[in-house]
Amino acid sequence: MVMRMLALLAPIDFVAQLLLKLFSPDTVNYVVWPLIQIGLVVTIVAAWVAYGTYLERKISAFMQARLGPMRVGPWGLLQPIADAVKLLTKEDFVPEMADRWVFFFAPYIAVAAAFIVFSVIPFAPDWGVITDINIGLLFVLAVSSVGVLALILAGWSSNSKYALLGALRSSAQMVSYEVAMGLSLIGALMFARTLSLSGVVNAQGADSIWYVVYQPVGFLIFLVSGIAENNRAPFDLPEAESELVAGFHTEYSGFRWSLFFLAEYAAMLVVSAVAVSVYLGGWYFPFVYGFTEAKGYHNLYVIVSLLFFVMKLIGVLYLYFWLRWTLPRFRYDQLMDIGWKWLIPSALVNIALSAFGIFLVQALDGWRDFKTIESISGGLNLTGKGKVLMIIFGLLGLFITGALLARINWRSRDFNLKSQRRNIQLVNLPQGRPAVAATAPAASEG
Amino acid sequence: MHQVEIATTQETLLDSPEMVLNMGPQHPSTHGVLRVILKLDGETVIDLDCDIGYLHRGMEKIAENRMYTMIAPYWDRLDYIAAVSNGLVWVETVEQMMSLAVPPRAHYLRTILTELNRIASHLLWLATHALDIGAVTVLLWALREREEILKIFERQFGARLTCHAWRVGGMPNDAYDDFEADVRRFVNNFPKRLDEYETVLSENRIWLSRTVGIGVISAADAIAIGLSGPALRGSGVAWDVRKARPYAAYGDMDFEIPLGENGDTYDRYLVRLEEMRQARRIIVQALEKLPDGPVNAKLPKVVRPPVGDYYHSIEGPKGEIGCYLVSDGTAQPWRVRVRPPSLINLQALKGLCLGHLVADVVAIIGTLDIVLGEIDR
Repeated sequence: MVMRMLALLAPIDFVAQLLLKLFSPDTVNYVVWPLIQIGLVVTIVAAWVAYGTYLERKISAFMQARLGPMRVGPWGLLQPIADAVKLLTKEDFVPEMADRWVFFFAPYIAVAAAFIVFSVIPFAPDWGVITDINIGLLFVLAVSSVGVLALILAGWSSNSKYALLGALRSSAQMVSYEVAMGLSLIGALMFARTLSLSGVVNAQGADSIWYVVYQPVGFLIFLVSGIAENNRAPFDLPEAESELVAGFHTEYSGFRWSLFFLAEYAAMLVVSAVAVSVYLGGWYFPFVYGFTEAKGYHNLYVIVSLLFFVMKLIGVLYLYFWLRWTLPRFRYDQLMDIGWKWLIPSALVNIALSAFGIFLVQALDGWRDFKTIESISGGLNLTGKGKVLMIIFGLLGLFITGALLARINWRSRDFNLKSQRRNIQLVNLPQGRPAVAATAPAASEG
Repeated sequence: MHQVEIATTQETLLDSPEMVLNMGPQHPSTHGVLRVILKLDGETVIDLDCDIGYLHRGMEKIAENRMYTMIAPYWDRLDYIAAVSNGLVWVETVEQMMSLAVPPRAHYLRTILTELNRIASHLLWLATHALDIGAVTVLLWALREREEILKIFERQFGARLTCHAWRVGGMPNDAYDDFEADVRRFVNNFPKRLDEYETVLSENRIWLSRTVGIGVISAADAIAIGLSGPALRGSGVAWDVRKARPYAAYGDMDFEIPLGENGDTYDRYLVRLEEMRQARRIIVQALEKLPDGPVNAKLPKVVRPPVGDYYHSIEGPKGEIGCYLVSDGTAQPWRVRVRPPSLINLQALKGLCLGHLVADVVAIIGTLDIVLGEIDR
């Protein structure tokens, strides 16, 4: 069994050796090999967008007691291809008064911003990373925020009021949620002690833990602001269908519209990938290393890790779909409230608490033979006792943040909704009562 | 009607802080071809005007040139979501004008079918209202239940939506063989499905924050505008034509009227949900008491109501739908006038929307539950 799998993996080494015969080692390492990886990633992401829509339609159909696409191919499996052909053959319409060049280029900015981020995502160890730059996370935040520009330009250049409103909403939304997103990551970075995404994953592997257990608050904030960042429901205000028709891409059709679509799904994948890498251990999974790499099967290790990464990614993406098809949409001002009054304060509190937790663990280390820290070489490696302490601290953080937020927001109307929920009263009017019974209860009962 | 001043040139738009947004007639959430012209400051509505008439068919004028029995199918198309209720108001007006004695079985079947129609209409309202606020899944769940009712309609009337249910003097034919079994199956399954929708929406924080305190109208204002139906009862006014002037077999039924307190979108939502439960209660009672016998009264060859005028109204799903009929003793009416509940409820839109955001306008149009077929006629 294992030997057969190894035989399947042989081409990877074969290709590597072939490339070394054709080019110099430096060219292979810095040009050819990354190009192959980029090609693969772009293809796979494009395929994901196609089949991500299929998956979303099937999952939503499952939630809504219907079948979803069934006509094109078996179980509608060819539906995405049919959709792609339809979109590419449609007329590329430009509105009369639109700013043509900006209108043309906005979708490309969106797609480029979404795709470039994939270059620093660690899909798997070793050859599963395109490039591992030491400011990986900053790079992710910086490049993905360029995506806002595409939305603003698209909305502005369309010369349509709906598109303009969508663009205004999206600029406000994405800018404010980016703050919460960036702040929420800091807690995890204190444990990893690096900004490189591979470094973060390695630190979790070395500590054999997922940072979600140290950082439950950070993880939740990141997920929520990630959904808002991607304009997905319940935060899909920039394209709120029932209000703004289609928001910033109202005037787009055909190929350019599909580029926005591509960008949205790719951006969704990026945020999920970052969430998986930073909080869910990335490609790291217990026991994988021991069964593969430790026994000398290097490529198998990479591929099994990749599979685990993809599995975690699908889990996070399912959450995205689930929320989208369950929850109603927020209103614009409520969205801002959540960003500024809930997420950003809790992210700040989380930073303070994480710092205090790490300080506490370091201070306790060596106190009466109480050993909490194993080593601080790359990331922070804790011993068993240290981990338990940190997990307790993380859970405590959930409560403390919750209590603080409740205190901050306890006066706000939106916070006390449950108590505002009323029941209607039932009145049994006498038959044939001719006139309107004045206002409500007393009069109608009397 | 007050007209919103529309800034046309680019310069005026850029100079003024306000923006005029033309919502509709082709817009996903104006429920048909309603055109709402909004004047916005940012996203806040500071002025609003409705433009209607895109679906005008001249129904009242057409009615003056048709025989009394021929008018009924036109009436079914007024509020096409609730064709059964609409049809009833016409035939009952003519019957009462002629003092026709409709057999009790027809009255009971009318009660059952109009209440089924009320549930179907409210389900479609729930579906679209939830969709407007962004809860897509409720749309398909509610339509699944509505499908059961439409199947019953299809077997009974031969059409799902565009059914022509009644004839002057009774019904075209008796209930089909499995009618009672079908209706019973529906009313048995319905409550737990309705509870399911409530779990998705009623306690949902987002739903609450989108509906509580949005579009508040006081009882006095509601009466002044002339609101009727759930929109009026949401403000706490106990008025229901089924109780005040019982028609069909409603006099024999035991049911209650749900009343809201604050008159906001959430109250109207709760009132409609409870109305569906009460409608089910009426159906169960009517099924138990359903008498045997003919479903048609004997009718003269040509229907000629006596000279005079008459007003009759029923409690449609959208509100009090009435018919004012003037007869000159010939086979065609001299004048027909509809009291369209949707049109009158729509008059409240401006007062409800001012000061709210664009997203709320959509929710408020949804909560008024308008149908353009009836507004434009």
